[in-house]
Amino acid sequence: MKKLKSVLLGSAASLVLVAGVSQAEIRIGIDPAPYLPFSAESASGQLEGWEIQIADAICAAMNEDCVWVKTAWDGLIPALTSNKIDAIINSMSITEERMKTIDFSNKYYNTPAVIVAPKDSNISADAASTDGMYIGVQVATTHANYVEAHMGSATIKSYQNFDEHNQDLFSGRIDAVVGDSMAMQPFLESTEGQCCEIKGDLHDVAIFGPGVGVGLRKGSDLKAKINAAIDQIRADGTFDRISKPFFNFDIYGG
Amino acid sequence: MEWYWLGEYAPKLLSGTWLTIQLLVMAVFFGMLLAIPIGLAQVTGPKIFSLPARAFCTTFRGTPLLIQLWLLYYGLGSLFPYMDGIRSSFIWPYLRDAFPYAIVAFTLSVAAYEGEIMRGAFKNVPKGELEAGIASGMSRFQLLRRIWLPRALQNVMPTLAGEMVLTLKATPLAATITVYEIFGVGTIIRQETYRIYEPLLLIAGVYICLTGVIVVLFHWLENRVPKASG
Amino acid sequence: MGWGDNLFYGLLATLEIAIGAYLLGTSIGFAGALGKINGGPVTRFCLGTYTTLVRAVPELVLILLLYYAGTALVNEVLMSLGYRPIDISGLIAGIVVLGVVQGAYSTEVIRGALQAIPKGQLEAGRAFGMSRWTLFRRITIPAMIPLALPGMSNLWLIVTKDTALLAVVGFQELTLTTRVAAGTTRYYLEFFLIAAAIYLSVTLISNLCFKWLERRSSRGMTSLGH
Repeated sequence: MKKLKSVLLGSAASLVLVAGVSQAEIRIGIDPAPYLPFSAESASGQLEGWEIQIADAICAAMNEDCVWVKTAWDGLIPALTSNKIDAIINSMSITEERMKTIDFSNKYYNTPAVIVAPKDSNISADAASTDGMYIGVQVATTHANYVEAHMGSATIKSYQNFDEHNQDLFSGRIDAVVGDSMAMQPFLESTEGQCCEIKGDLHDVAIFGPGVGVGLRKGSDLKAKINAAIDQIRADGTFDRISKPFFNFDIYGG
Repeated sequence: MEWYWLGEYAPKLLSGTWLTIQLLVMAVFFGMLLAIPIGLAQVTGPKIFSLPARAFCTTFRGTPLLIQLWLLYYGLGSLFPYMDGIRSSFIWPYLRDAFPYAIVAFTLSVAAYEGEIMRGAFKNVPKGELEAGIASGMSRFQLLRRIWLPRALQNVMPTLAGEMVLTLKATPLAATITVYEIFGVGTIIRQETYRIYEPLLLIAGVYICLTGVIVVLFHWLENRVPKASG
Repeated sequence: MGWGDNLFYGLLATLEIAIGAYLLGTSIGFAGALGKINGGPVTRFCLGTYTTLVRAVPELVLILLLYYAGTALVNEVLMSLGYRPIDISGLIAGIVVLGVVQGAYSTEVIRGALQAIPKGQLEAGRAFGMSRWTLFRRITIPAMIPLALPGMSNLWLIVTKDTALLAVVGFQELTLTTRVAAGTTRYYLEFFLIAAAIYLSVTLISNLCFKWLERRSSRGMTSLGH
C-alpha cells in the first residue's frame, strides 16, 4: 500500500509539472458545438470552418503559435478572465455589456440576425406577430438579448447550443428561433431545415453591436497585435481569399 | 464579492427554487410508487415480470442520468416530425414542454435505484412473519398489504432521506433541457452578469438549506413511525 | 458514420478521468477515515464539514466551483509565492474535482468498514505483540477490504457516471462527444442510444470485476453476522 501511494504521488507530481510548463502559445477558446459555416468539429476531431481559417491566418500574420482550447460556450468568458485561455474566437459579438468584463479586438465580421420559423407560419420580424409564441435562442447571446428586449410577449426558451434550438424548431416544440443569418444557412439547407425559412431581418445596433471581434482580457497586449493582423489579412487579400468559397458577399460588413 | 444582482433576480430565484422542489417531490413520489412493484416482481414474480424489472434496474442504474435525460428529450423530439397529427393531439402540451421530460427521467431513475433497495427490503422481511400471516388465513393480497409491504417500507425508511437528497442533487441536470430550476437560474445569472462565484455560492447555499430541511423532516417522521425490529 | 474515432477518444477520456478520480478519492477516503477515527476534535470537525458539504451540494455545482475557483485560487497562491501561474489541463481539473467529491463519500465507506472489523481480531493481534504498522498491514487492511468492497464498487459506478457531468463544463469526454456528434449529424436518437450502450457495457464489465474481487477477498473469512 505504501509503495502504491508513493507511485501515485510521484506520477501526480510529474503530471502537474508537465502541465505547468509555461507555453508561449496563444490559447484560443472555442465551443466545439457545430456553428457552420463558421466552425464545427469534423468526425475526426479536427476543427474546421471559415472562422477557424481566419483565426489561423491571424496567427500566421502575428507569427505566433496558436492552440485551440475546447470550452463550453457559457464558460468562455470565465475561462478568459481566469487565465485558462488567452483569446476567444467563437463568433462572439462586441457588446457594451461584455465590454464591462472583457476587451475585444476590432471586428472581423458582421452579419445580421434573423428570425426563422416554419414555412406556413405568420411570424415575421414584427414583434406583434410573436405574441404568445415560443421562441428559441442560444443562451447568453445578443440574439437572446434582442428577444428579451423586443419580443417580451413571447415565451423565450434558452438553449445551451445553436443546434439544439434548431432541433427543437424541427421537432415543433418552439415556433421560431432567432439567430445569426449565416449560421442558419446550413440548417435551412439540411433535410430537417426544409420545414422552415427566414422570416425577416432583425436590427438593433445597441444590442447587436458593431460586429464580431476576438475576445481578450482587459489590458492584454494581444489586442494591438491582433488588430494589426486583422488589418494585414484584409489588406493583403488573405481575408477575401478565405471568404470567397464560403460567402458571395463581403462578410466584413459596413 | 458583489451581490448587487440579488434584488433584480430575486423573483427568478424564487420560482427556480419552487421548480426544484416540484421536481424533487414528484420524482420521489412517483419513483417510489414504481419502485414497489419493481422490487416485488424481482422477489416473487414469474420470470415474465422479474426479468424486465431486473433489466430496467440494471440499465437505468448503469447509464448516466444526463444521457437518459437527453435521450428522452432530444431523441424522442427528433421523432415528432415523422408522427403525423401529433401536434394537434391532446398530449402535445406535455410533449412540447420540457418539464414533463425531466419528471419522467428523474422518476425512472428513482424507480430504478429504489427498486433495487425495495428488492432487498422485501427479501429481508423475516419469513416467520409472512408464514404467520398465511397461517392465520390471509390471502396473498392481504399478506402483501398488511405485513410484507409495511415491514419492507419500515426497513427502507432510513434510506429514504438519503434517496431524497440524492435526487435533489440530480435536479441541476434539468437545466440542460431548458427547465430552469434553481441551478439553471444560477447559470443564467452567471452568464448575464459574468460573476463566477457569487451565484454558485448562493445556489450551493440553497441546496444545503434544502438538504437540511429534508434531513430534519425525516428525523421527525422517523420518530413518529414505529421502528423496525429484527 | 465516421464518428467512431471521436467516440472512442471520448470513452478513453472518460475512463482516464474515472480511474484518476477514483484513485485520488480512495486515497483521500483512507486519510479521511483514519482522521475521523483517530483524530482529535479539530480534525474530526474539519473532516465532518468536508464530508457533509460535499454530500449536500450537487456535484454539478461543486464541479463548477472547483473548476473555476479552484484553478484561480491555485494560480493566485502560486503568484503570491513568486511562481508563474500554471495551466491546469482539463484532465487534471476533472480528476481533482471528481476525486475530491469521491473522497468525501469514500471517507464514509472506509470508515464504516474499519469500524466494522471485529475488535477481537485487533486485540488478538496486539496480544501477539504486533507493532502498530504490522497490525495495520496484516489484520486491519485484509479485514477491511471485503467489508468496504460493496461500497467501493458502488463508488466506482458513481464516478464513471459522474464523468458525464464534465460535459457541462465543456470537457470532451464521452457524453459531450456524443452530443457534438448528434448535433452535427442530427442523429440524436441513434447517438445517445450508442452512448448509453457504451456506458452500460462499462458498468456490466465493472460489476463482473468487482464480483470476482469480492469472492477472492472473502476467501477464508467467517461470515460476520450477515
